[in-house]
Amino acid sequence: MSDLPLPVPTPETKHFWEGTRAGELRLQRCTACEKAYFPPRPFCPACGSRKVEVFKASGRGFLYSYVIHHRPAPGFTPPYSIAVVELEEGPRMMTNIVGVPQTPEALRLDMKVKAVFAKQNDEISLVHFTPEAA
Amino acid sequence: MKPGSVAIVGAAETTELGVVPHLSQIQLHADAALNALADAGLRPQDIDGVATAGNTPTEVAYYLGITPTWVDGTAVGGCSFMLHVRHAAAAISAGLCKTVLVTHGESGKSRVGALPRTIPPSGLQGQFEAPYGIFGPPSQFTIPVLRFLKDRGMTQEQLAMVAVVQREWAAKNPRALYKDPITVADVLASRMIAYPFRILQCCVVTDGGGALILTSADRAKDFPQKPVYILGTGESVETPMISQMEDFGSSRAFRVAGKRAFETAGIKHSDVDHLMIYDAFAHLPLFGLEDLGFVGRGESGDFIVARNTAPGGKLPMNTNGGGLSYTHTGMYGMFALQESVRQVRGTALAQVPGVEVSVCHGVGGMFAASGTIVMSNQRP
Repeated sequence: MSDLPLPVPTPETKHFWEGTRAGELRLQRCTACEKAYFPPRPFCPACGSRKVEVFKASGRGFLYSYVIHHRPAPGFTPPYSIAVVELEEGPRMMTNIVGVPQTPEALRLDMKVKAVFAKQNDEISLVHFTPEAA
Repeated sequence: MKPGSVAIVGAAETTELGVVPHLSQIQLHADAALNALADAGLRPQDIDGVATAGNTPTEVAYYLGITPTWVDGTAVGGCSFMLHVRHAAAAISAGLCKTVLVTHGESGKSRVGALPRTIPPSGLQGQFEAPYGIFGPPSQFTIPVLRFLKDRGMTQEQLAMVAVVQREWAAKNPRALYKDPITVADVLASRMIAYPFRILQCCVVTDGGGALILTSADRAKDFPQKPVYILGTGESVETPMISQMEDFGSSRAFRVAGKRAFETAGIKHSDVDHLMIYDAFAHLPLFGLEDLGFVGRGESGDFIVARNTAPGGKLPMNTNGGGLSYTHTGMYGMFALQESVRQVRGTALAQVPGVEVSVCHGVGGMFAASGTIVMSNQRP
């Protein structure tokens, strides 16, 4: 996946990418209203409080929706899934579903998935998801 | 702004539409603007307000030789022009300017003098969506639809019917890019782009533009065309990331913009004679019909299949053929507005008899933004 458009972390997202490098999915939670949220920012998008903490998420969730892309994109060989997973803690995130045929039959909505970490280089590891049963 | 206190007095598209490699993007703005000025019987120097997206209002004003006292460069994607109409109506009502020109020009197909399309890798989308193989709108805008269909018990055949019905409207429109009839089977057998979306459920890609001229309703009666009054307007934004849309079955921006437009216009759904819902992809009219309240949750598919929005139906929708068959330069909202104006004036190529009120609903980005305009040929 050498052509893949890799993320460039910012001060506010650094903890997330340090987490994936260590094999952890790190979310944030508001200590005032307790809401977990993603993507990262140093305040709560639900209530505006700056009192927030980073925590290690379970990495478990379910397949919320997806498409199977049939056109080539940099770093990808079609067909490949572009998916959104809803995490056990509530937030949703975009990802690829890996370790399973990229077909409508195999990619069943609501199936349970777990995070796996795909190292791209010394700094960046991406979060992918794979069926929990696999 | 009071309902009907501002009117559209000039409206036109570019002379050519579709594949126009001999005009640059800024010239597409100018061609549309000059056509709209001619429609209103004005010269560029009569304009004192300029609004546009993509290119800047500075570029457009300079290129046309206009010295504005009011500009609006709101750029929230394809519905930017709905927001420009809304902002222009407010600005005219507040006395900031008298005569506003809104332009769109986009060399979406030929890419002559077009703007680069990039996602900064340090932005939120660059970090949290781009690494997963998103590649233009067909790979992003489409992501919510499997969830939408499953939660409603709706089918891919119903989704395909959106494209079939709009092709029926396009067949009546000599300016439409695609006019040949298609069936549900044709749609489902067409080339897969991003499952479950086939090519016939994705918008066309074209070059073109359009322009509108607005002024106060009191002045509007002195112009050559029948005024099209702005009854009500609405706008909102949600998220620049499709993955972070609150509900994959409903657009918050659609709901907010639509509700405000209906409320400010003081109309009911039964007052609407004609409807435009921006259709970059086949699912947008389904979301739009539900989120604007024309049908209940989960009823949009049956509503389309029952031909309510087709020629002869009770709620004619996307009567130019839409982004799926008519044209789609990239920011299609201007073309939806143009068709609403034509239908309200009674001059559309596939004219619906007796249109008084038209609702024109736009989307920007991937459910990122929305703007809704209610127009009428009667001043309340």
